Amino acid sequence: MFAALFSVLAAAADWVSPTIDYHALAPEIILAGGIVLVLLLDLFTSENNKWMLGPVTGFTLLGAFIPVLTLALSDAGTRSLFDGRYVVDNFSLTMKGLFVLAGYLVVLLSSDYLREGDFYEGEYWVLMLSSLLGMVMMASSRDLVSIFVSLEFLSIPAYMMAAWRKRDLKSNEAGVKYFLLGVFASALMLYGMSLLYGISNSTLLTDIGTYVSGDMSAIRAVAVLFVVIGFAFKISAVPFHTWAPDTYEGAPTPVTAFLSVASKAAGFVALLTIVYVGFPNASEVWQPVFWILAALTMTVGNVMALRQTNIVRMLAFSSISQGGFILMPLAIAGEGDSAGAALRAVVTYLLVYAATNLGVFAVVIAVAHKTRSGSISSYGGLFSYAPGLAVIMTIFMASLAGIPPLGGWIGKFGSFQALVSAGTTWGYALAVIGAVNTVIAFGYYGNMMREMWMRPVPDGDTTPVVVPSALMVALGLTTFATLLLGILPGLVLHFGDLANLAGAFGG
Amino acid sequence: MEVLSDNNWALSVGTFLPLLGVLVMLFIPKAQETATKAVALITAVATLGVGIFTLTQFNFDQAGKMQFVAQTNWISVLKSTYFVGIDGISLPLYLLSMVITVLVMIYSWNHVPEPGNTKAFFALMLILQTGMAGTFIARDLILFFVFFELVLLPMYFMIGVWGGENRQYASLKFFLYTMFGSALMLVAFLALFFKTGAESFSIPFLIEQGAGISRNAQIWIFGGMFVGFAVKVPMFPFHTWLPDAHTQAPTQGSVILAAVLLKLGTYGFVRIAIPILPVAAKEWAPWIGLLAVIGIIYGALGCLAQTDMKRLIAFSSVAHMGFVMLGISTLTSFGMNAAVFGMVAHGLITGMLFFIAGSVKERYHTLEISRLSGMLKQMPRMGWILGFCVMASLGLPGLAGFWGEFPAILSAYQPAAGLSEVTFRIFMVIAAVGTVLAAGYLLWLFQRIAFGEPTAEFSGDSHDDHGSGIHDVNVFEWMAWAPLLAAILVLGVYPNLLFKIIDPAVQGVLSAFGG
Repeated sequence: MFAALFSVLAAAADWVSPTIDYHALAPEIILAGGIVLVLLLDLFTSENNKWMLGPVTGFTLLGAFIPVLTLALSDAGTRSLFDGRYVVDNFSLTMKGLFVLAGYLVVLLSSDYLREGDFYEGEYWVLMLSSLLGMVMMASSRDLVSIFVSLEFLSIPAYMMAAWRKRDLKSNEAGVKYFLLGVFASALMLYGMSLLYGISNSTLLTDIGTYVSGDMSAIRAVAVLFVVIGFAFKISAVPFHTWAPDTYEGAPTPVTAFLSVASKAAGFVALLTIVYVGFPNASEVWQPVFWILAALTMTVGNVMALRQTNIVRMLAFSSISQGGFILMPLAIAGEGDSAGAALRAVVTYLLVYAATNLGVFAVVIAVAHKTRSGSISSYGGLFSYAPGLAVIMTIFMASLAGIPPLGGWIGKFGSFQALVSAGTTWGYALAVIGAVNTVIAFGYYGNMMREMWMRPVPDGDTTPVVVPSALMVALGLTTFATLLLGILPGLVLHFGDLANLAGAFGG
Repeated sequence: MEVLSDNNWALSVGTFLPLLGVLVMLFIPKAQETATKAVALITAVATLGVGIFTLTQFNFDQAGKMQFVAQTNWISVLKSTYFVGIDGISLPLYLLSMVITVLVMIYSWNHVPEPGNTKAFFALMLILQTGMAGTFIARDLILFFVFFELVLLPMYFMIGVWGGENRQYASLKFFLYTMFGSALMLVAFLALFFKTGAESFSIPFLIEQGAGISRNAQIWIFGGMFVGFAVKVPMFPFHTWLPDAHTQAPTQGSVILAAVLLKLGTYGFVRIAIPILPVAAKEWAPWIGLLAVIGIIYGALGCLAQTDMKRLIAFSSVAHMGFVMLGISTLTSFGMNAAVFGMVAHGLITGMLFFIAGSVKERYHTLEISRLSGMLKQMPRMGWILGFCVMASLGLPGLAGFWGEFPAILSAYQPAAGLSEVTFRIFMVIAAVGTVLAAGYLLWLFQRIAFGEPTAEFSGDSHDDHGSGIHDVNVFEWMAWAPLLAAILVLGVYPNLLFKIIDPAVQGVLSAFGG
């Protein structure tokens, strides 16, 4: 053991600083700069100038999107930093774009909400940017340590944001539950990771990929299982979903939007990287796990959502069930040529889901602004006094239900296509379960439409809904994206067409 | 595929023009109802104009070939293209959808059902129009699926918002049934795609490759499609959404549903399921035939038991679509011709019957057959129009209904080679009994409603007078109905008008069966 330590120290002696590709790291650097800037501005501005922090956060995110674009357009291809521990490839750029833009939309959703609710502002923006920086790092991490650091970096601010309504018991409960279960999941995952390190003597995912293969001894299976289950908490897959409804309901609505879209997407990104790069040869372990998780998540999420009377709780279960649909293709990702199709399906679904779900929360915030209620019945007759919002919400609901030609259908279609492409009985079986669930899901999405179009206004109060301009922009962007992705899905499928993750399958 | 015409923009414009109208309507203030209606109607008429242009440019000598073909990239990653074209089977249905939309809009001019909101109502009709027309021209399975689904939401809202008492239940039932069917259909499409080498979703390509799929896989894939299309037709036992949807839908919704939406299902069988999977089609044919004749008898018996005029017409749709499916199930050119003719005829006739039911409801505020009587005395014109449509519906020779029904029965005498003659001849006899029942329930309906003296509550004699609002056919109704009535008569007297363009296309569909 000491010999090992000495050899490490000896190696450290001739350590040279790695060459850093600043272009590749530009999004992270801009975000980090933004965090510092917002923090300082918050310290040195008076109370009535705090409004500027939101726009600064928004511009930071848009600023971080610029290098993402330039990197995507550059011909340099995959950039591998720090011995392949941090990789900027098409996959990670697509996901970084998603995180940054989703973050921008959450800024739009939050700004009026924060001001009116008398919340701490500066700290909120700092935490949000930190969490986003964690997500952006997650998209590039190809090493157990950096994955874990990114995960904690994105989670810990989120725990605090969930409890942002300080005097509200439900919000406190949301934060504590989220924190406790999150930590529990991290512990499980760390245990799995320590086993992986024990097996392969490396934290680099590509190295692990060569060791976790062939003879699948119990210890390898356990390691894979623990890591997968740790992330299953993050993406609130059934039966590890129990925190989600309470946390979503208790947290401030923009934070819920953030958790259900960005945080969930980050969980999927980590899962994809680990599975594709770390465990490409252990598919006989994770395929059945994902099969069961996907089937359970879809079904339980749907059935529970049917029974909800609170819109945010309903959306919590809806987002659980959507998570099941996103997981579906992973159940066959190890079959022959299906890996590419599965990756594309997951990425496409995440992009479409992000646009639609953020839009849904924008509507929820706008409507709650008037009705001051979270119950589904408060949407009664929305069409009669706010036809624009009702139509937009209908578009989002139909998109989540997967009705063409709206964005959501292309996500569902991709998942089904990936499943059927495997040509296995298991694949077909899961596709049929998914098909049945698509129909069940319409039960609650259709119910929302029914409330808005066919039911009377609950208290006869038909004063129009005032939508703040920031929310209006968010609504416009998400509606546009949802429609565009449905009619010209080629645009987004192009991003999902990554052939493969860099470094995956030994490549 | 040979391109026969350079006017290949015509189909796309004809399909998407209504959406442009919707876009314009979005910018008209809600209060300006006349302007809204005018824009919608102008759009629909312009769309029909494009449709008529298509008709004039259509090469009738080549009706079996796809014309106006346009193909460009759409979702290249998924190997799906924007691929449209029209032949002798699509053309009548494509035009039917446009004509019906225009007529329904004319009818709606002063008939916007409760709770009003003209703008949304007309906008939904235009969206429906795009979905219907698109389904009939799509030559790519994914494109077909998108259009096929596009009609769902507008119809859901049309029934759910503007429908009758029980509208929410009916609309949800309609939606869930159809969606369940489509979900399985989509899985079947995907299976088809991968079984043919994952190269293309284009229908002509799949027709070439489909026959090569193993028999077992074909049967499963056909099963998935069968559920999707059969729900839409609707075939027994998937029909239970139909009476509810029709009864609860506003008149306009019922007309569109009966005239066009049901045809999406039968069209799917003729255009997709049968030509792509000929082996499975043969295996399934007796079962389809069986369900079709069950539908005929069940629909007829259902009709005899109804006390509500609209519900009766709805059940008669189940029976009539049974004849169409029987024709299809014989897999002969004779039967297919009858089926396609039957689709058009049923669209015209049942559409008309629902129009009348709507007008009766508007005047009497009830559709309870036992409360209606003496229509011929009170509203002679309306009464005779009803009589005309009833005759057409029961298949009186000389009117359009005959040419869908009679040949369909005849075709069952000699089904395609490889199908059991005995089975189909039994079906033929049962279907023939069905026509007798049809005559029974339709004439009985007519007799109860039109003959005799008006009942006291509507005659204007009693004190609780409901009779004052009862007037004969008004000008909007004439404008909406005259074209349909004329078409029923013309097609009845000279059916060859339609058969000569259907037949070559049907030969193409059946080429997989060796003629």
